[in-house]
Amino acid sequence: MTEALMTHETAGEAPSADRPLLQVRGIVKHFPLKGGLFGRSTGTVRAVDGISFDVRKGETLGIVGESGCGKSTTARLLVDLITPDDGEIVFDGRKLGRDLTLTELRRNVQMVFQDSYASLNPRLTLEDSIAFAPAVHGMTDADARRLARELLFKVGLEPKRFAGRYPHEISGGQRQRVNIARALALSPKVVILDEAVSALDKSVEAQVLNLLMDLKAELDLTYVFISHDLNVVRFMSDRVMVMYLGEVAEIGPVDAIYAKPAHPYSRALLASMPSMDPDSRTEAVVLTGDPPNPIDPPSGCRFHTRCGFAEAVCSREKPLLHARAAQGHSAACHVGGVDTGHTLSELPA
Amino acid sequence: MSLFSPSAAVPVVPAERSPGYWSLVLRRLSRDKVAMIAFVVILALVLMAIFAPYIAPADPYKSSMLRRLRPIGTPGYPLGADELGRDMLSRLIHGARLSLMMGILPVFIAFGIGSVIGVAAGYIGGRFNALTMRTVDVFYAFPSVLLAIALSGALGAGIFSGLLSLTIVFIPPIARIAESVTTQVRKIDYVEAARASGASGFTIVRVHVLGNVLGPIFVYATSLISVSMILASGLSFLGLGVKPPEPEWGLMLNTLRNAIYVQPWVAALPGLMIFITSIAFNLLSDGLRSAMDIKA
Repeated sequence: MTEALMTHETAGEAPSADRPLLQVRGIVKHFPLKGGLFGRSTGTVRAVDGISFDVRKGETLGIVGESGCGKSTTARLLVDLITPDDGEIVFDGRKLGRDLTLTELRRNVQMVFQDSYASLNPRLTLEDSIAFAPAVHGMTDADARRLARELLFKVGLEPKRFAGRYPHEISGGQRQRVNIARALALSPKVVILDEAVSALDKSVEAQVLNLLMDLKAELDLTYVFISHDLNVVRFMSDRVMVMYLGEVAEIGPVDAIYAKPAHPYSRALLASMPSMDPDSRTEAVVLTGDPPNPIDPPSGCRFHTRCGFAEAVCSREKPLLHARAAQGHSAACHVGGVDTGHTLSELPA
Repeated sequence: MSLFSPSAAVPVVPAERSPGYWSLVLRRLSRDKVAMIAFVVILALVLMAIFAPYIAPADPYKSSMLRRLRPIGTPGYPLGADELGRDMLSRLIHGARLSLMMGILPVFIAFGIGSVIGVAAGYIGGRFNALTMRTVDVFYAFPSVLLAIALSGALGAGIFSGLLSLTIVFIPPIARIAESVTTQVRKIDYVEAARASGASGFTIVRVHVLGNVLGPIFVYATSLISVSMILASGLSFLGLGVKPPEPEWGLMLNTLRNAIYVQPWVAALPGLMIFITSIAFNLLSDGLRSAMDIKA
């Protein structure tokens, strides 16, 4: 709780003029572990532990991290599929629960899931799946149907051939196009893409990524792009947020982070990225071991158990997000922070 | 409001439609020989029950002390006569009415009530689920035969109390199946996506959940029809369900049991009818289950 507040203060309020479209403030989600007799709580998984970030209008914010770091939980928290324990979501200056209703939030923030098959109802035609949301929001059946056809056309599927088909009859790439069309059916401002292309073949993935880029330009969309594929994130994103064990390790412009990561974790993550150039193979710092258990995360900096630069202060004090050299770049590491007590003032090359 | 104003310029031309899930299931079912035979048998039984007065050669209630326990093939009594000299064939034909009703009606009503309970518990989840399902478990803990006997014993003999007690017996198993199927479906992404679209719980259940859970629940329910028939026969046999002189297969089995050494074939006929009917329902249910198991 206090940690969440501190991060909140560090992030600061943006001036209302160029106010971020989506603001996340100290959001927390702990899952109770039920076990033992009568489902007593035996502990909590600290899936998302007080993270704050902004999404600016028209940008793509990439979120990266190992599996289990809270990427998908964050995505679900953004559309309140999971209700946060603490923290606030502010859309376009209006706070969820105060002057923004859940219905309004969901009209404006839509989501595309990873599993293209599981995210379409097998008993509905593609057209019916897309038309469902607009019909729920009061559009007449005929209009919703017409809109569904238009959206199918927009995502590159000929309406006449595909409107009456069922999900099992089309390929994974086509299904994901339908899921994108479904997410766009409410004319949202923000689309959250939770590993939306991760399950696709590389060639199909590229086509879908291009489609996403085209749609973004055409419809003036804002993306939150969640992936574990660092190359894809670099291709898609304007800014990147690196998550580790339910916390933000580093956030900033994609070029700054990919060129000079300020957090040892980001550096290790980027170093593990396979290079296209056979001469520059991945050597140096590669992470070993699994991330620690989020049920009982390490004290201080959560990364200190795996960090090559850890000192006494790292296990004692939690590092806050501090601004770095590049504009809008900040990282939660004692190295390079102000008066942190760490002997290093910069990560050694 | 909408980025895409639905323009009249794009007419909704009829698209190529794929056959829906249920038409695929029916097509597969129609290719299943065993299920089709079972279906024909059930159809014949149902028609027999509906048109019983027109088919039956004699009055099923008319007794004759002179013609008691005639063997199969006696002139005027093609399937013999029972212990009161009534025509067995006519009684078996008329018996289909009550027996089928006692088999189908309780399961049908329990399918409705059990599905509502199970789907609600499965979709709402949490404490509501725990409370509902533990209550259901209390009833489920009794052996079904014992529960049926206890309930109709308490309610008194008669068709209505028999139907009621059988319905109560079948609600818990159906609710359990409905709950487990719904709990699975609820976690699938398309339900999450529907929630993210801002639809109400009721709409999501109607559009996205029911279509995916009613099939499996229905298949399970059809497999209970034979159980229901046998339980109903059992109740009648014990004198708790249908009362004499109504023709009902279970009751006939009971009243003829004293004649088992005199006319074993005649005494076994009601049992044979119960056997054929319940086997047919079970085979149709199995066929339906495999026809619905379409791997996309």
